[in-house]
Amino acid sequence: MALYQQRRRANAISLALCYAATLFGLSWLVIILVELFVQGIGSLSLSVFAQMTPPPGSAGGLANAIVGSLIITILGVAIGAPLGLLAGTYMAEYGRFTKLTFVVRFINDILLSAPSIVIGLFIYEVMVARVGHFSGYAGAFALAVIVVPVVVRTTEDMLRLVPDSLREAASALGLPRSHVIGKVAYRAARAGLITGVLLAVARVSGETAPLLFTALNNQFFSADLNAPMASLPAVIFQFALSPYKNWQQLAWTGALIITLAVLALSIAARALGAERTPK
Amino acid sequence: MTTLDAKQTQKDAKLPQKVSVRGLNFFYGDLQALKNVSLPLYAKRVTAFIGPSGCGKSTLLRVLNRMYDLYPNQRAEGEVVLDGENILRPGQDLNILRARVGMVFQKPTPFPMSVYDNIAFGVRLYERIPKSELDDRVEAALRSAALWPEVKDNLKASGLSLSGGQQQRLCIARTVAIEPEIILLDEPCSALDPISTAKIEELIDELKENYTIAIVTHNMQQAARVSDYTAFMYIGELIEFGVTGQMFTSPANKRTQNYITGRFG
Amino acid sequence: MADVTIGNVASGRAQDRFRMLRWLRVQDNGFRLLTMSAALTVLLILGGVIGSLAIGSFPAFKAFGFGFFAIESWNPVTEKFGALPAIYGTMATSVIAMFFAVPLRLGIAIFLTELCPDVLRRPIGVAIELLAGIPSIIYGIWGLFVFAPFLQKTVQPALIGAFANVPVLSSLFAGPPYGIGILTAGFILAIMVLPFVASVSRDVFDTVPAVLKESAYACGCTTWEVIYAIVIPYTRVGVIGGVMLALGRALGETMAVTFVIGNSHRISSSLLAPGATIASSIANEFTEAEGALYTSSLIALGLILFLMTFVILALARYLLMRLERQGGE
Repeated sequence: MALYQQRRRANAISLALCYAATLFGLSWLVIILVELFVQGIGSLSLSVFAQMTPPPGSAGGLANAIVGSLIITILGVAIGAPLGLLAGTYMAEYGRFTKLTFVVRFINDILLSAPSIVIGLFIYEVMVARVGHFSGYAGAFALAVIVVPVVVRTTEDMLRLVPDSLREAASALGLPRSHVIGKVAYRAARAGLITGVLLAVARVSGETAPLLFTALNNQFFSADLNAPMASLPAVIFQFALSPYKNWQQLAWTGALIITLAVLALSIAARALGAERTPK
Repeated sequence: MTTLDAKQTQKDAKLPQKVSVRGLNFFYGDLQALKNVSLPLYAKRVTAFIGPSGCGKSTLLRVLNRMYDLYPNQRAEGEVVLDGENILRPGQDLNILRARVGMVFQKPTPFPMSVYDNIAFGVRLYERIPKSELDDRVEAALRSAALWPEVKDNLKASGLSLSGGQQQRLCIARTVAIEPEIILLDEPCSALDPISTAKIEELIDELKENYTIAIVTHNMQQAARVSDYTAFMYIGELIEFGVTGQMFTSPANKRTQNYITGRFG
Repeated sequence: MADVTIGNVASGRAQDRFRMLRWLRVQDNGFRLLTMSAALTVLLILGGVIGSLAIGSFPAFKAFGFGFFAIESWNPVTEKFGALPAIYGTMATSVIAMFFAVPLRLGIAIFLTELCPDVLRRPIGVAIELLAGIPSIIYGIWGLFVFAPFLQKTVQPALIGAFANVPVLSSLFAGPPYGIGILTAGFILAIMVLPFVASVSRDVFDTVPAVLKESAYACGCTTWEVIYAIVIPYTRVGVIGGVMLALGRALGETMAVTFVIGNSHRISSSLLAPGATIASSIANEFTEAEGALYTSSLIALGLILFLMTFVILALARYLLMRLERQGGE
């Protein structure tokens, strides 16, 4: 019986450790989020959205950064999402069992987790160094490169969920392949595809590293894509590392804004995905 | 294969009941799967549970080692008395119960380890013995499952590398190695070919000298071959319980007769 | 595409049909080519990344040769650059992150699959997935403004004091307590990868067939024994794959680390000292780098990082593919 008692004790201790691990791990995340709220909410007011980034010591907002982020993100997604959609379509439809698809899937998954700063370097070499100056376009392209793998993955997964019987029924009516895909498969997987794009947007909204040396940053308001453009993450990066109190405060607020945006997008993506799964 | 005759039955009525199920009701959430079931499991005899799909025979089997406890929305009411103690009571230690009541499942489930370790794993749970003794125990268990000649040269091989029939016998050996008092078999041959099935039926005949056995089977001929007592169940109720020979030749209940003659099921 | 035999070519409708079918065929082929080139573009991107990094780093490798990996100095003034401190920092922070993250995530995954009451399972699972999406820069600024000062005041002096007289560990935990440093960065990294890998592990654990676990319980195993002897060996490949995935992410993580690593290109034996990782070096210095050799060295660092993560992520993918195939048996 002594052995049995030992086993019971080992069981109790190990399971207790699992509870503890969960509590420990999750509480750090809660602590971080709470801190973020407390610090950021202080400055969260309309002026943040209305005023430009200030010089150190004076009051201001994050308007140019927010606008810049919106522009670059939207452009990046506009470039990357269609590319990802098409590639995913090929992998799920035309080339389902080909070697090309296998290789692309493998490479794609690696790009999915690749360090984003390296992507920034890539775009720098290809666009910035060539042209000679930083630009909003470069930033958008950097984000696009990050968007593509995400959208490829979800597109392929979602399209594969659509049952083949649907496709066969459409073909039997005489629809050519492209129409089968466009009119039938896409429509069936629509919710999932949109979810994928939303997830990609959520992912790039918070990316800082690739923007650091592509779009750089801009003190003033600029909507010129051919010139350095401000973005929230870049501004947070600059302000947080500075010794100025008001800049640091704005950094917290900016971080809060990004987090809320990302959470909202993720929740929207999940809600959409759960609502209408392809049957 | 020996089955008991009427004279034996009379003697058996005074046989010790290893397990006595009394007024058992079982629920999956709101759905009642067993209704007021009462039956005996006589010591060192084979009892078969038969009946059409959904009649509750597997459910009943799984109550006997409280396997349902793993799932929060399943519950049992009533009594199951093992050697005088009600195992359904809240204070019952489940690990100790399962050391006394072993189970073999429908699908062969060798653990992801070597053949040797599959057996040794069970032994090590309950005893600290030196390696030489452990080797003997492993060999004994494999012999009693009629598997030793086939694996003795390669005990290090993974349990998953054996054939289906061998895997199931490995599971039986693993159960036997723990030295339980009761062995529960849940349709042990349904995933196997006829030759493996025959081997396992032989095994059951040998095992019953030392263990009380309950077997759930879809195959009536198997029940007739292998068991001493049979319980026929239908939609959660026990319809008839009796000596196997008698049940299959002259059942008391009309529904039993219809099932056995293949009128439904 | 079935070919339509036209009975009467002169008939207008037949001609229309013929034209339309031909147009559809063009559309079809066009679409097919379009999607295929999109797929090829993914490969091009990879090629482009490696290619451009290789080209950009060429001057640095030409100047330093393989010594680049071994030189410890990093001096923009004398233009002498070595990758060693950055590589060391990258590995050290990642190893520390794994040290914390692996047991934690196993614990969380076990909790979610075996211990968690049904009611809480979905909410907690969803919460973890949402947390996985928090941008890394958040962890960075939290680390800089909250965590590092906290460590500086409490934990680090305690560590220094505790190991002051222990032979090897005293140099490992030598002062002064900066707050920032390699240990801090490693810990924050651990918290960052935690949500992501916890959900991967949870999915991996879910692949164990219920019947196998029931068999183990039927032998009289305790819950922990079932996990330890059955679940983990069964999913061994997937667990390792998950660890490598986490490692791949940790290596390349920039923002969570840059704020708290201290950006010092020196290798110190103490974990409490500031250091540098490849990603943090690039982030901190690239825009101010003057001179082709400086820039090229930074790009060379980027190439090294990319190759490291590529290898590890490829291995992780491969292992996870093995698990999927094994699950089908």
